[in-house]
Amino acid sequence: MAQHHDTHAPHGGDAHESHGSMKSYVLGFVLSLVLTAIPLILVLNDIVTGNAADVVLLVTAVLQFVVQLFFFMHLKEEKKPRYNLMVLLLGLVIVLTIVAGSIWIMKYNMVSH
Amino acid sequence: MKITKLSDFFVTGDPLIYGADVAIGLTMVAIVVALTAFKRWGWLWREWLTTVDHKRIGIMYVIASLLMLFRGGVDALLMRTQLALPDSMEFLKPDHYNDIFTTHGVIMILFMAMPLMFGLFNLVVPLQIGARDVAFPLLNSLSFWLFFMGAMLFNVSFVIGGSPEAGWLAYPPLSEKMFSPGVGQDFYIWGIQISGIGSLMTGINFIVTILKMRAPGMKLMKMPMFTWSVLSSCLTIILAFPILTVTLALLFIDRYFGAHFFTLDMGGNPMMYINLIWMWGHPEVYIVVLPAFGIFSEIVATFSKKRLFGYGSMVFALMSISVFSFFTWAHHFFTMGSGANVNAFFAVTTMIIAIPTGVKIFNWLFTMYKGKITFELPMLWTMAFIPCFVVGGMTGVMLSVAPADFQFHNSYFLIAHFHQVLIGGVVFGYFAGLYYWWPKVFGFKLNEKLGRWAFWLWNIGFYVCFMPQYVLGLMGMTRRVSSYSWDTGWWSWNFVSTIGGFLMGIGFLFQVWQILHSIKFMKRVKGDPWGGRTLEWSIPSPAPFYNFAITPKVEGRDDWWRRKELAAQGIQDPPPKYEPIHMPKNSGTPIVMSVFWFILGFGFVFDWLWLIIPGAIGIAGTMLYHSFNYDTDYYVTVDEIKKTEAKAGRVV
Repeated sequence: MAQHHDTHAPHGGDAHESHGSMKSYVLGFVLSLVLTAIPLILVLNDIVTGNAADVVLLVTAVLQFVVQLFFFMHLKEEKKPRYNLMVLLLGLVIVLTIVAGSIWIMKYNMVSH
Repeated sequence: MKITKLSDFFVTGDPLIYGADVAIGLTMVAIVVALTAFKRWGWLWREWLTTVDHKRIGIMYVIASLLMLFRGGVDALLMRTQLALPDSMEFLKPDHYNDIFTTHGVIMILFMAMPLMFGLFNLVVPLQIGARDVAFPLLNSLSFWLFFMGAMLFNVSFVIGGSPEAGWLAYPPLSEKMFSPGVGQDFYIWGIQISGIGSLMTGINFIVTILKMRAPGMKLMKMPMFTWSVLSSCLTIILAFPILTVTLALLFIDRYFGAHFFTLDMGGNPMMYINLIWMWGHPEVYIVVLPAFGIFSEIVATFSKKRLFGYGSMVFALMSISVFSFFTWAHHFFTMGSGANVNAFFAVTTMIIAIPTGVKIFNWLFTMYKGKITFELPMLWTMAFIPCFVVGGMTGVMLSVAPADFQFHNSYFLIAHFHQVLIGGVVFGYFAGLYYWWPKVFGFKLNEKLGRWAFWLWNIGFYVCFMPQYVLGLMGMTRRVSSYSWDTGWWSWNFVSTIGGFLMGIGFLFQVWQILHSIKFMKRVKGDPWGGRTLEWSIPSPAPFYNFAITPKVEGRDDWWRRKELAAQGIQDPPPKYEPIHMPKNSGTPIVMSVFWFILGFGFVFDWLWLIIPGAIGIAGTMLYHSFNYDTDYYVTVDEIKKTEAKAGRVV
C-alpha cells in the first residue's frame, strides 16, 4: 500500500520530494573524494602521527558523514515535519551514550585485568 | 558437530523429556491428520500462512504467544515444584533446573511478551488510525514468520541437542564454548537472532504506519493513546534491538570462530557483554510495558465514560520514557564494581525515570474520578494493575539505591520485583487488551463469569506466589538455586509461593476454558460493544478485510465518540460514496524465506555446512524472486464493498 500513496491513498504529506540535481551530486562526490584523500595523504606520508593522526581521521570521517547526509541522503530537502532529522539526532545521542557510557563504565573495571 | 549416536542428537535420559517427545509427536500427527481429513491444507495456506492482512497476522501472533505462555508457565511450575520439595526427592536435577530457568526467562520475554505485544499492535493500530493495513504488509508477514521460526528453533532445543543453560541473558564466560560446549547456547543465539530481525522490522513497520498512514485530519496530537504508546515502544525497538543483535553476534563469533571478545583469556572481557546486553535489556522492559500503558489508557477512558485525563502529559510521559530508558542500564550490575560515580549516576537516572511512570498512574486515577465506571473484564484487569504496579515500581526504586542493591542483587527480592512489574504491568495489561479488543477481532465477547474466576485466581495466585519471594530475598535466598537445606528456614515461604504459582496456572486453564466456552455459546456483538471512543469501534466486528469502506475524516480526539454525540443530536453522516480500494495480495514469500532461515539457523547450531549453504541460498533466492515479482496488489470493486458491508449489517 505504501508504494501507492502518490496516486491513491489520501494520507497526505507524501508528495514527490526533490532528489537533488546533477550539480549537487557531483559536488558531494568531489567533497567525499577530497575528504578521503586528506587523511590518506597525511597519514601515508607521515605528515601527522600519533594523536594528531587520530584527530585528523576522526574529523574527516565525521565531515564525510555530514557531506553524505546532505548531498546523497537529501537531509536538507526533507519536508516538515522532519522525522529523518529528528531520528538521526536521537540516534546520534544513543550512539554517543553507548560509546561514552561503555568507556566510562568499563574504565573502572580495568583493575580486574 | 559430529553425530555418532542417537543420543548426540536427541536429548535422552529424563522421563519428563520422553513425555514431552511423545506429546509433541502425537500433537503433530493429530494436526496433520485433522488437516488432511477435513481437507483444510489449501485453506490453511491461502487464508492464513500466506496472508498479509494485519488482522490475521495479529491473530497468529496471539495464538503463538499463548502457546509460548503455556510452555513458559509449565517451566515455571516445574521450578516451583522443585523448590517446594528441595531434597525429599530429586524432581529436577540441577542441570535440568538450569535448562528450565533459562528457557523460562527467554520464552516469557522474547517469545511470549514480544509476540503478544506485536499481536496487539497488528490487531489494533491500523484500525485506530483509520488505515487499510500497515505500511509494509508483506514485511509484516515476514516479521511474523521470522519470529515464529526463531521461536521454534529455540524450542526444539529441549528435545534435540539440549537446552541452553546459562541464564536468560547468557552471561559469558559461562555461555562461552569453554563452559557451554553443547549446542544449547547456539540454539539460544540463532533463535533470538532470527526472531530479532522480525522484531526490528515490526518496529520500523509500525513507526512508518503511524507517521504516514493516519486518516486525514488525525494530527499527531489527535491520535489515540494506544497508538502513541506503540510509537514510543517502536522507537525504542529500533534503537535497542541492534545492540542485542551485535552483542549476540559477537558471542557467536567467540563460540564459532574462537574469537575473544568476552572470554576470560586472550584479552577478552565478559563484563563488556554484561554492559552491552543491558543496553538492550533495560530498554526492552520498557518496550514491553509501554504498550500496556497505552492499553490501560484506552480502557480507563472507555469504562469511565470520560476522555483521558492529561492527554498531553501522557504523551510526554510515554515519549520521554522511550528515550530515558537508554540511560539507566547500569543499575542491573551495580555490584560489578564500576565505582561509586558510575553507580551514583545510574541510581539517580533510575529514580528519575520512575517519575513519568508515576505521572501516568495519576492520569488514570483522575480519569476515573467522577466517571461512570463499569467493571467489565478489561476494567477489572486495569484495576488490578494499578496497585500491583505501584508496589512493583516502589520495590524497583528500592533496588535502584545502589548501596542497598548489594544486599538485594540476584536475590529473590529482585525476582519478586521484576515478576511484579512484568506480570502486574505487562501480562495484566495484555490480558486487559485482549479482553477489550476480543469482540472487535472475533465479533463476540468472552464469557464474563469464567473470566472473573480466571481474574481472581490470577490475582490471588500472584500475591500468594510473589509476596513470599520478597521475604525469601531478604532472608538471603539467591536466584537460580535448585535446592537448599532445611536449616535455612526457607521452606515454608517457598511452599506458599509454589501454591500461588499453581493458582495462576489454574487461572490460565480457566482462560482456556473461557475461550472454548465462549466459542461454543457464541453471542454475536455489533461494532461497538463497549461504548468505545476511538475509530476501531466505528466499523463492524470483525472488521471487513479492507477495514474501512470509506476512509474516515477525523476532526478530534476520540473521534468516534464525537460522531456518536453528533448522531445523538440528529446530525447524520452523509450517505457513503464508495470507491475501489487498493489492497495488497497474499504472498508465500515470507513463510518460505523464514523456513530457509530456520534451516540456516539449524545448520549453524550443529555446524553443518551442508545445511547452512542451502539455507543461505534459499534466503537469497526468495529475496531475489520477490524483487522481480510485480504482481503484488489489486483493487476491491465497489460492488464487492457494497456486498461485504451489507453482510456486516451496514446500510449501503
